[in-house]
Amino acid sequence: MKGRSWWILLGLAVLVIVTLSSALYTVSETEQVVITQFGEPIGQAITQPGLHVKMPFAQEANVFDKRWLEWNGNPNQVPTRDKKYIWVETYARWRIANPLLFFQRLRDERGAQSRLDDIIDGETRNVIANNNLIEIVRISNRAFDKGEEAEDVMEAEAMRQVELGRDKLTRMILARSEKVVPDYGIELVDVQVQRVNYIDSVQAKVFERMISERKRIADRHRSEGQGKSAEIRGKKERELKVIESEAYRKTQEIMGRGDAEATAIYADAYNRNRELYRFVKTMETYRGTVDKDSWLVLSTNADLYRYLQSPAAAGAVGRIPAR
Amino acid sequence: MANGGYDLNPEDFYRLAREMRERLRSSRRLVLMIIGVAIVVFGLISSYYQVEPDEVALVTRFGRFVRTTNPGPHVKIPFGIERVQKVPVQQQLKQEFGFRTVRAGIQSTYRKDEKTVDEALMLTGDLNVATVQWIVQYKISDPYKYLFKLRDVEDTFRLMAEASMRTVVGDHSVTELLTVGREAIAAKAKELLSNMCKRYDNGIAVQQLVLQDVDPPESVKPSFNAVNQAIQERERAINEAWAEYNQEIPRARGLAEQKVEAAEGYAVDRVNRAKGDAQRFIALEAEYRKAPEVTRSRIYLETLAAVLPNAGKKLIFDEKAKGILPMFPLGTIQEVKP
Repeated sequence: MKGRSWWILLGLAVLVIVTLSSALYTVSETEQVVITQFGEPIGQAITQPGLHVKMPFAQEANVFDKRWLEWNGNPNQVPTRDKKYIWVETYARWRIANPLLFFQRLRDERGAQSRLDDIIDGETRNVIANNNLIEIVRISNRAFDKGEEAEDVMEAEAMRQVELGRDKLTRMILARSEKVVPDYGIELVDVQVQRVNYIDSVQAKVFERMISERKRIADRHRSEGQGKSAEIRGKKERELKVIESEAYRKTQEIMGRGDAEATAIYADAYNRNRELYRFVKTMETYRGTVDKDSWLVLSTNADLYRYLQSPAAAGAVGRIPAR
Repeated sequence: MANGGYDLNPEDFYRLAREMRERLRSSRRLVLMIIGVAIVVFGLISSYYQVEPDEVALVTRFGRFVRTTNPGPHVKIPFGIERVQKVPVQQQLKQEFGFRTVRAGIQSTYRKDEKTVDEALMLTGDLNVATVQWIVQYKISDPYKYLFKLRDVEDTFRLMAEASMRTVVGDHSVTELLTVGREAIAAKAKELLSNMCKRYDNGIAVQQLVLQDVDPPESVKPSFNAVNQAIQERERAINEAWAEYNQEIPRARGLAEQKVEAAEGYAVDRVNRAKGDAQRFIALEAEYRKAPEVTRSRIYLETLAAVLPNAGKKLIFDEKAKGILPMFPLGTIQEVKP
């Protein structure tokens, strides 16, 4: 008797627990729920987090994420309008804005991912293919700070004006994709171009170009160095000439002035008695010029030897000639 | 021995069954007690939680966010009714791009593989290619948003960082990236990433974005080095020329100065000598005027007296005795006329 009531109690408890666990469900902060009755969606989606009640067994809670969800595109090989082959990698963030619609159209996230693949990849291709490479690389027409490099090494394509730029292109991709996705209960929050890279064969060419660019820059530096040093040497030569010639001019001037002054002094003095000067100077010259190797051939007519043969005076020594 | 070894009469059997039932009832009570105690203990344990000093904890009740708790010991409703998610809000978190730190320490080791190489490779504004390594340091500024706004908040943050860095690098030339533009690029990328975080409302605050190694691609590197070498060469050529200049010009100036000074000396010398000679002559002349004849003879004879002994050979001949002269070879004769 007692044992039987025990079993009944236990059975009831199990029944209550099973019913409750089917009737109660929680919605977390990150979730939203669509209630379906035998597969048929009932009412609006439940987005309020917390404990909720539904009809047990007949109704089913289909949980969807409420957060921003990921969509990471595969690298896409796309030719740009200027026929550059590049890999473009985009990513997008989206959320289930209308879980009811989402549930009806796509069932689950897997379906959404493949639909987004089609839409965003397609729009990315369209936008990239309709624009030059520079448009997806740059965002503005900002002039580069060239530093020591000169303009001539830049490739013509790189000098092209940017009309739209990366920002506008990504916004274009977003805007175009955005138009389609509401049909699936999806809201596209953002699309960004994550990576742009050359495909391998183009990359090899770009590397070659970079190498030749650098070579040109290096050559210019080198010749600039040679030019500058030649310039400095020239400057040096010029200054040397200036210095030397100036020195020569100055020395000549100074010596000339000295000579002139001396000459004036001599002239002034010797003009007092020209004949005496000539005589004295001549005498001095004799002293200076006759040496051991000199032969003196003297006639007895000379004044000195006048008395050698006869002491009689024929003429006075040192007679003063007329001035 | 009919029952295979057992010998049991009915009375004994009922007694045994009764005993068994008794024992079972008491053991059922014991089991219930044990279960009851276990539930209580489990409830106590699961209602306690502790928050470390660098974290905060977000508590959800039946999935709904109810409160944030700060560091310290705390109590919550047990049995999974309230759940706790801890978020390290005080920690400075770091993401690395283009490399991974394998082991941090005094001598950190880094790793690069195909994935990180792809992360680092990017196009510059002049359509060249460079590899850029950088790090982003950030904090979780809003744990609620951090947990509940995006599903893969960290991965998304990485993608955002890559997109903003490439956007900025795409607007700079490779030369700027490698030399003068580094800081500006890091600052702009940080600004862009911060704005993006605001737009995504992901509860992350970017603290710092630092460029690490920025290099030209491996195969192009030598030619970039060649440019640096050429710059060095240029500087050296210029320096050498200046060195030569600095060596020669001051010396030339010195020499010039020396010549001028010497000329100055010459001039003074000339003038002084002239003055001396002049004074001497004037003095002589004054005396000469007093006795010209005698003085003249004296000077003449004195001079000859001094000169004649010096002469190597002296020939004195009479005017009347001609014919000696031709006997001497003319080349050796130095004729001096009085």
